[in-house]
Amino acid sequence: MAIEILMPALSPTMTEGKIARWLKKEGDTVSNGDVLAEIETDKATMEVEAIEDGIFGRILVPEGTEGVAVNTPIAIMVEEGEAVPDSAAPSSTSAAPAPAPAQAGAVAPSDAAASAPVAPAAASQASHTASRIVASPLARRIAAAKKVDLSTIKGTGPNGRIVKRDVETAASQPVAAAPRPSPQANAPLSTGTSRTVPHTTMRKVIARRLSESKATIPHFYVSMDVELDALMALRSQLNALSHDEGQDAFKLSVNDMLIKAAALALKQVPEVNASFTEDAMILHEDADISVAVSLDDGLITPIVRAADRKSLKQISQEAKSLVSRARAGKLKPEEFQGGTFSISNMGMFGVKEFAAIVNPPQAAILAIAAGKRQPVVSGDEIKVATVMTVTLSVDHRAVDGAMAAKWLSAFRSIVQAPLALVL
Amino acid sequence: MSQTDFDVIVIGGGPGGYVAALRAAQLKLSVAVVEAQHLGGICLNWGCIPTKALLRASEINHLLHDLPAYGFKADGVSFDFKKIVARSRAVSKQLSAGVAHLLKKAKVPVFDGHGKLDGTLANGRRKVLVSKDGAAPTTLTAQHVILATGARARVLPGLEPDGQFIWSYKEALVPETMPKSLVVIGSGAIGTEFASFYRNMGADVTLVEVAERILPVEDVEISQLARKAFEKQGIRVLTSAKIGTLQKTATGVSIPVTVNGKADTLVAERVISAVGIVGNVEKIGLEGTKIQVDRTHVVTDALCRTGEPGVYAIGDLAGAPWLAHKASHEAVMCVEAIAGRKVHPIDPTKIPGCTYCRPQIASVGYTEAKALEAGYKVRVGRFPLIANGKALAMGEPDGLIKTVFDAQTGELLGAHMIGAEVTEMIQGYVIARTGELTEAELAETIFPHPTISESMHEAVLAAYDGALHF
Repeated sequence: MAIEILMPALSPTMTEGKIARWLKKEGDTVSNGDVLAEIETDKATMEVEAIEDGIFGRILVPEGTEGVAVNTPIAIMVEEGEAVPDSAAPSSTSAAPAPAPAQAGAVAPSDAAASAPVAPAAASQASHTASRIVASPLARRIAAAKKVDLSTIKGTGPNGRIVKRDVETAASQPVAAAPRPSPQANAPLSTGTSRTVPHTTMRKVIARRLSESKATIPHFYVSMDVELDALMALRSQLNALSHDEGQDAFKLSVNDMLIKAAALALKQVPEVNASFTEDAMILHEDADISVAVSLDDGLITPIVRAADRKSLKQISQEAKSLVSRARAGKLKPEEFQGGTFSISNMGMFGVKEFAAIVNPPQAAILAIAAGKRQPVVSGDEIKVATVMTVTLSVDHRAVDGAMAAKWLSAFRSIVQAPLALVL
Repeated sequence: MSQTDFDVIVIGGGPGGYVAALRAAQLKLSVAVVEAQHLGGICLNWGCIPTKALLRASEINHLLHDLPAYGFKADGVSFDFKKIVARSRAVSKQLSAGVAHLLKKAKVPVFDGHGKLDGTLANGRRKVLVSKDGAAPTTLTAQHVILATGARARVLPGLEPDGQFIWSYKEALVPETMPKSLVVIGSGAIGTEFASFYRNMGADVTLVEVAERILPVEDVEISQLARKAFEKQGIRVLTSAKIGTLQKTATGVSIPVTVNGKADTLVAERVISAVGIVGNVEKIGLEGTKIQVDRTHVVTDALCRTGEPGVYAIGDLAGAPWLAHKASHEAVMCVEAIAGRKVHPIDPTKIPGCTYCRPQIASVGYTEAKALEAGYKVRVGRFPLIANGKALAMGEPDGLIKTVFDAQTGELLGAHMIGAEVTEMIQGYVIARTGELTEAELAETIFPHPTISESMHEAVLAAYDGALHF
């Protein structure tokens, strides 16, 4: 019997996606596991796989269509010899199609070797309740049938669960068309020529998440100067131990060491490794460090998980792999969703200092500027040291000023006496 | 001097009233209960509980007379009717004392007397007068008053309980002797349970219903199966029956009855009138207030508010369904709303109903007919207990589980059960309905084997053409 392929929700934050490309033509024979389409989500390009053998019957949503709501039927699969229905038939209850998320396709690769000040990662595992849609099975089914986007509904059931009456209320109200100011109306007055570039899905997510962060999270910022000489000396010593080539070869970057330093500081001051929710503070056990990576058309924050428990070599190899796959658009959702603390490093651009925007639901993000040789007062003497300014941006609901300062001190102590990193 | 001013005063200590008081105390409201007769109300003293104690006895009697079917032999089985009735009263008494204990533990004062709203406000607070044995009434005040005075048996002209031949449920619960023959008028839950009890104790029972089927609120298939089961047990069932003027004789009653134009006369030692109930709306101070009464029930909105601000009505007083669990649930909702919590009105299609006759009957939600009437396209599943291993092993093969789903959404619209232990099982479907599970989650649920409850699973599968054992 005919089976609908629905727009899959490939990440917890995904409410709509773009059909980037159909990889099968109508009438193609399809086997379980074949890639049917590429969907551009808020983060990356994902593949939709067939979960049954059959004939790729009909494309309901053409290639290039943007803003296709999750659970919208996008294609129909039929069995060999079966007639293809014209449109989305009521889907069979016995064979609910569930397109599987697969390896990522391609987000335009980037050669910008940089990190960025902000990070649009998704909710951490620990505070999933904040972003997960809680709805009854019946509400989900009615929403799918009536094409109601559950993420736009406020639930009135127990603990805000979306129940049937909520979906029916939403479905009975005309959709308030969000006013979409035309580019002209919003464009800055300019006598010169300008051009309009439609937003990518990633750009929209960055805009939404960071506006939300700045609008709802009371930020404050604490800066500190940190001397890097000891850490750089240790780095040279460790890198000298590496084999020249082969699997065991490694080349630690300063950033790798700062990831670990941040993770260790989080273990020392666990209050910063937190998420604020309305009902309670969520304190994370692992220090999962989101590392901001800039891309041509935005940025993404792949995660080095449990960085406090990993060796520098492991962190270095993992970070390298994550960054290169991020730039190739090949991260899996779980590799950039979650994370309990972020680091944004713009040292390579010679930045003197900067402040980043907190990446919710995390409580803090560390902005790392360039290390610079400069005179410092040591006791009664002036010496030359490599100094970088780091700035911690903090969600004041979760962490108070003294705690933020305590964390920064811990971070500085580790960086300036870095043997702890190799323990 | 004891406290006389409260946040909430509850008039009536039944399953609505005492639960309201307990919940109010939990939410740190100061609360008092006014009860004229006995804590626990009808449910505990003259309804749900003592009838269950009697029905347990009749079930045992049935089993004792069915012993050979299980390979037993016993001679001279007999019973002491007075002891059976006494046991039923003891159970009620124990539970009523339990309610008193719960209220005491929650530090809720109970005022012994008849509670009545006094129309005038005292400093913006409601006044409640409590009178006892004609003494000068005590005046209590509160911000909120919850009326939970319950209901009583409806009395039809010519069928007034006389304490001798004509019984309401009260007399039927405490008979001096076991009647040899009995007519039960009305086949709702109350009438049906008494018919079942007395028949299983050995009386000749005639069940008379004016509607065209017994248990008229249940799904029609369930009604039919119940009738079949009752008739097999020897209960005479008359439906579409109109009764004439009752005549008392030296030893009982004689009741003319017409069924489909055919006249007959029912002769029996006793008659039980179970033709519905009426709300206790009198003498509670409703006169001259904005509180409206419609056919013996106080009119409320979905959150139990009456026409007078700060006055609420819950339970039987506020109308159908007349069920203790509905009263208790309204009590909690009403009190939580008073405490400023967000509440939702009770959906009557999520209130289960149980009848403890043999075989038992339980249901929730839409009957198939009501669902169709409401415009649903339905999928219906049926599973007979004769195909269930546990039911067979128990020697209880009579019964049916029926499910009604919305064909479009998979919503479980209703479930209807007749057979052994179904009153203990219906909650599974109620959870499914309240939690808004669809057929998919129910089909995925693993039911333990061997249980009668497996039939509930099969009845879901059957609605989607997937029943495995039938």
